[in-house]
Amino acid sequence: MTSVLRRIGFALGLPIVLLAAWWFASAGSTNFFFPPLSEILDSLVEEWFGPRLAADVLPSILRLAAGYAVAAVGSVALGVLIGTSRAVRGFLEPVLEFFRAIPPPVLVPIFMLVFGIGDGMKVIVIAFGCMWPILLNTVEGVRAVDSVLSDTARTYGITGSTRLRKLVLPSASPQIFAGLRQGLSVAIILMVISELFAASNGLGFAVVQAQRSFAIAETWAGMLMLGLLGVLLATLFRIVENRRLAWYHGLRRAQRSS
Amino acid sequence: MLDVRGIKKVYEGKGRTVEAVRDLTFTVDQGELVCIVGPSGSGKTTLLKIMSGLLAPTAGEVLIGGKRVDGPPPGMAVVFQEYGRSLFPWMTVRQNVELPLKQKKLTAARRQELIEESLAAVGLAEAHSAYPWQLSGGMQQRVAIARAVAYEPQVLLMDEPFAAVDAQTRADLEDLIRDIWHRFQVTTLFVTHDIDEAVYLGQRVLILSSSPTVVREDLAVDLPDARDQLTTRSSPRFAELRAQVYAQIHRPKEPAAPEVPSGATR
Repeated sequence: MTSVLRRIGFALGLPIVLLAAWWFASAGSTNFFFPPLSEILDSLVEEWFGPRLAADVLPSILRLAAGYAVAAVGSVALGVLIGTSRAVRGFLEPVLEFFRAIPPPVLVPIFMLVFGIGDGMKVIVIAFGCMWPILLNTVEGVRAVDSVLSDTARTYGITGSTRLRKLVLPSASPQIFAGLRQGLSVAIILMVISELFAASNGLGFAVVQAQRSFAIAETWAGMLMLGLLGVLLATLFRIVENRRLAWYHGLRRAQRSS
Repeated sequence: MLDVRGIKKVYEGKGRTVEAVRDLTFTVDQGELVCIVGPSGSGKTTLLKIMSGLLAPTAGEVLIGGKRVDGPPPGMAVVFQEYGRSLFPWMTVRQNVELPLKQKKLTAARRQELIEESLAAVGLAEAHSAYPWQLSGGMQQRVAIARAVAYEPQVLLMDEPFAAVDAQTRADLEDLIRDIWHRFQVTTLFVTHDIDEAVYLGQRVLILSSSPTVVREDLAVDLPDARDQLTTRSSPRFAELRAQVYAQIHRPKEPAAPEVPSGATR
């Protein structure tokens, strides 16, 4: 129990020091662009955890969730296909390399032309941007299935969809999770970027809107909100990952200690 | 039960062909425990992969119960040398044993029965919910053996299963194999490079030459059925048999038969 408290204290130590430093350094600030932290926090609570939570934060999170989910499911499925078939790999790889090389923000103007300016476009931008790390890691993971394990499955007649569910996906899951983690941070970035263009709500939209209307405290608070959202999502991700990959971490520990 | 007829395997590489197995013919009867012993690099693993349907032979055929093998046959279980890479690390011991049984579409009650019985037979009745990597090497190989036994195969193939465990564990596992073979009456083919192990375990020992492989000798082991690490291994007959196997393995090779293409030897 005390060790848990110590760990929490240790983890929170630096953030508290930084916030305190910010608080005192900005306390009497009269600089228009650097308002006191107290003002920023007021705005965070009143605006971002107030009306903006439903009006802007929630739509952002929903688009993020939709884009990320589409990318995750699609990339894992495509990754399994590419990873298992040399023919598919040879056929698709050059094209995929090309698409991967395009910085996703650049696609926003084009996607706006093709898909309009609604939620659909934003979801597609998020999905398109964050699919690459997931896809590439899945391909690597699927290709790296152990040959002895694969032979074992074959001798026991484990083929087709059972092989996929019981052998290929679990075996690739450490890499898939690594890809998903990278994909998540890309997705958050693209969530904001997609809202900078032709949007009427969302975190990215609201931050830019606040800045343009010189609501400086609210702009700062929006940045804090994005940071908090990122931390929250990363924490949720880690909880899921630790549960799903408990076997992998155990295996690694066992291999290291032997 | 198991018929191996004129098996030949030539690996075609770039500008170089390697004849791994030249001509192997032997049979294993129902319920027999036969050891295959040969020097390292004698194509033992190639032979095992061909028998288990994981690899197609260049010529010849393998029959199990009269049926030709062309892909992993349903009535066969294989225990690999690399236990650490043959158990599914994301599954518990129990799930590892159960997976092939589910694939065989057995009822839950029957699966339960087989899991209990096989894990008890290998001395791991307490380890159902452990993960393989929480167990020692010898215990992991026991799980692999339990999984194979629970599958109720017609033929059990073992590919140097104890090559990677320590000597004491190895002796225990050898006795376990004899015990399991008695108990489940399963036709067992045990591949090893260890001469003592082959003589100690087998009713028969098939001695292979170095590659390109042929059968040097098919030796009946006339030791008493009840074997014991101490008394069996120190008996004069054991020493004679082991000397005989040793001599065969180290006998210089006769020149290759003229009809074999040149460049095939390694």
